[in-house]
Amino acid sequence: MKVNEFELTDDLFEESGKEFEEKKIMNRPSSTFLKDSWIRLRKNKGAFTGLILIVLIMFLAAFGPYMNSHGFDEQDLTRTNLPPKVPVLENLPLLGLSGVDIRGTDQYAAKEVTEYYWFGTDDLGRDLWTRIWQGTRISLYIAFLAATLDLVIGVAYGSISAYYGGRIDNVMQRIIEVLMGIPNLIVVILLILILKPGILSITLAMVITGWVSMARIVRGQVLKLKGQEFVLASRTLGAKDKNLIWGHLIPNSLGPIIITTMFTIPSAIFTEAFLSFIGLGLQPPIASLGMIVNDGFKMLKIYPHMLMFSSVIISLIMISFNLLGDGLRDSFDPKMKK
Amino acid sequence: MKKYIASRVGYMLFTFLIIATFTFFLMQTLPGSPFNDERLSSTQKEVLNERYGLNEPLSVQYFKYLGNITKGDFGVSFQFDGRSVSSIIGERIGVSAILGAQSLIAGMIIGLFLGIIAALRHNTFIDYGAMVVAVLGLSIPNFVLAGLLQYWVGVRLGWLPVAFWEGFEYSILPTIALAAFVVATMARFMRTEMLDVLGNEYITTARAKGIKEYTVILKHGLRNAMIPIITILGPLTVSLMTGTLVVEKIFSVPGLGEQFVKSILTNDYPVIMGVTLFYSLLFIIVILIVDLLYGVVDPRIRLSGGGRREGK
Repeated sequence: MKVNEFELTDDLFEESGKEFEEKKIMNRPSSTFLKDSWIRLRKNKGAFTGLILIVLIMFLAAFGPYMNSHGFDEQDLTRTNLPPKVPVLENLPLLGLSGVDIRGTDQYAAKEVTEYYWFGTDDLGRDLWTRIWQGTRISLYIAFLAATLDLVIGVAYGSISAYYGGRIDNVMQRIIEVLMGIPNLIVVILLILILKPGILSITLAMVITGWVSMARIVRGQVLKLKGQEFVLASRTLGAKDKNLIWGHLIPNSLGPIIITTMFTIPSAIFTEAFLSFIGLGLQPPIASLGMIVNDGFKMLKIYPHMLMFSSVIISLIMISFNLLGDGLRDSFDPKMKK
Repeated sequence: MKKYIASRVGYMLFTFLIIATFTFFLMQTLPGSPFNDERLSSTQKEVLNERYGLNEPLSVQYFKYLGNITKGDFGVSFQFDGRSVSSIIGERIGVSAILGAQSLIAGMIIGLFLGIIAALRHNTFIDYGAMVVAVLGLSIPNFVLAGLLQYWVGVRLGWLPVAFWEGFEYSILPTIALAAFVVATMARFMRTEMLDVLGNEYITTARAKGIKEYTVILKHGLRNAMIPIITILGPLTVSLMTGTLVVEKIFSVPGLGEQFVKSILTNDYPVIMGVTLFYSLLFIIVILIVDLLYGVVDPRIRLSGGGRREGK
């Protein structure tokens, strides 16, 4: 073989070998979508604070009830309505953690109680620290369960509707249009009237209309993605519908799916608390955060500590999830950031 | 456009029919009968059932029920002897409407203001402050806020009455508790829209022409930023509706929400169902108006059907 009179022999070439491959990798450290988002999320102070708070609250909800020796349904009428008292912090005035109630009497001395109740006790002498974390656990459980069910139903419905399109999409969308028109809360209230309040019935009632927004978002994403070249390429290579949906379309819609889930959780916690509030909540002795807030209202004027701790914690949960949701939205789609 | 309106109205009626059917069969499955009194003889029960049409076949009762609803008749309360549900709604809706309107207007004005300021002072402390207020307003549940207000402003400071409905000062605390969500939603919305609009070229043109800054912001900026405001009307109505249930209960305001909660506690099913239908109707009408206005205000969105409310 001759090119321009030069002889091309093998010794003119050298093998690229591993060195070159390694160099290529060194030049461009690979970064995935999730890695990028994580880096952006960490820079967002609000969202990161939210994340830390969520982890902290989840930790306390899991282990808080075991941190002292009181049971969540352990009643003792000799120690009712005690204000909070915490070791060490009791020496700092103004914090209100010294066991002195709002009229200035030390209830612990008056009732001859030597133990410490970090959040005080309620009208039946139950330890509020244990009850509140137990309640947080139940509220979070309901919220995560509802969010997971929403996720499964919404993703399946939305992706099928968008992927197959045509008549299937049309029928499925009409169903959604009708469901969108029905006020969420009304359905929840009516269902609980029939099903009788319980963890499962409350969750189900929330899911029945809750999945609709997830389905709409997934549908929008899949519609946008399914016309793109990589899907066509995959299809040309003979990928089946199932593989296309699960392997390409849904992983690429992960951002909006995670964000929607992040906003479902606080709204489920709110709905559950709201239901407790209008008398459709869980039945004692199990208590959710919403029920403890509701109980707190009965004694608001004389024993405000019951309301304060539970409402601060429920607010913190809501704030953290909202902050994290906002942060995730910005980090998944930096163009959206304002 | 006519076809669009017709289809939306059709959907609305169909949705309402579903809700009405649902409530009707729910009433049938609930245990007990209004005449389950042991002192009544079987013939007396027969007469009563005859009179109220309870011994007719279910299908006849169903269509009668639907017919009554179209006439605005939601049945008779169990708790208040022989009082019709519609008269109870009529008596109570006024207070709730005042409370709702007051919160909506106050909340929107404050939110608008916060949002504009935040957008104009983008990425300054004012902006961050306004957004902290917005996140708090969105996150803190209304019953928590109501409780805190009642305790600190009402009980500890004693500035405002903590309960009942006897004048304007009684409405201030419930209004604040309800308006927080409106303020937060509005402020966030306004900030995003304003930032969007202010980045447009016609704003630069207006400035270049030497128009005064406040005219640029109010006339060219605000006007355009206000257009998509319709999109948040839906969530706001829902929040006000659910909000009145708890806030009225906490502040003992004699409105429809308080009655609804009371009826749930006393198992007054006709009132529960009647108020439910009433709320649903209200909600459906708001959604309809939002959908129609959406098409009128921004013709790009119209007729795309499934595309509405997506994207943002």
